[in-house]
Amino acid sequence: MAVAQRDMIEVSAESLDKAAVEAFLEDPAAGARVVFEGIVRNHHDGRRVLHLEYEAYAEMAARQMAAIAGEIKRRWPAYRVAIVHRVGRLEIGEAAVIVGVSTAHRADAFEACRFGIDRVKADVPIWKREFYADGTSSWQDNHC
Amino acid sequence: MYVKLFAGLREAAGSDRITVQLPAGATVADLVAALGRDFPAIAPLLGSVRVAVNQGFADPATVLHEADEVAAIPPVSGG
Repeated sequence: MAVAQRDMIEVSAESLDKAAVEAFLEDPAAGARVVFEGIVRNHHDGRRVLHLEYEAYAEMAARQMAAIAGEIKRRWPAYRVAIVHRVGRLEIGEAAVIVGVSTAHRADAFEACRFGIDRVKADVPIWKREFYADGTSSWQDNHC
Repeated sequence: MYVKLFAGLREAAGSDRITVQLPAGATVADLVAALGRDFPAIAPLLGSVRVAVNQGFADPATVLHEADEVAAIPPVSGG
């Protein structure tokens, strides 16, 4: 059995550390660890994307992320939950968000992780601006 | 009352913080109406805006208080 652990919640201007997230999720009782990474890609709606900028309402974002982690723990028997999001300028290939969950069994870990990233995209006050090859840029909308 | 603005809403307003005058007992819905009236530049964007009070999403009937931290949240695009 595992004792209740606090969650890993961060809104960070620094590169996200996947290894640190994986280490945080370690628990002797956990037989499954699912880690989702959202990565900056080089295209959107047929346009070439050069880089992104993320802006956050940082205090509320962290609070919303903590609430999502709490919801995951109420709905699934999760031992550890990590939700970290990057802000500032990101280049193609960099991680923008990492959501990780460790549980006893794989089905719970997959479901809880999917739930976590979906909720992050719907309810965390963070905004993405795409910068295109033609010199224009545009704020995005997750259409949740 | 100060209202924090972000992303496209901040750029449309030309500021990350605007001030609105509201009567005592005003609600979130009253705030949105006042924003549209006082700031025509952001009026077209308000239909998709959610309001956060003290760092949590608030429904339109929520009554505002002078010391509340209020933010207008355009559609999010994290992840």
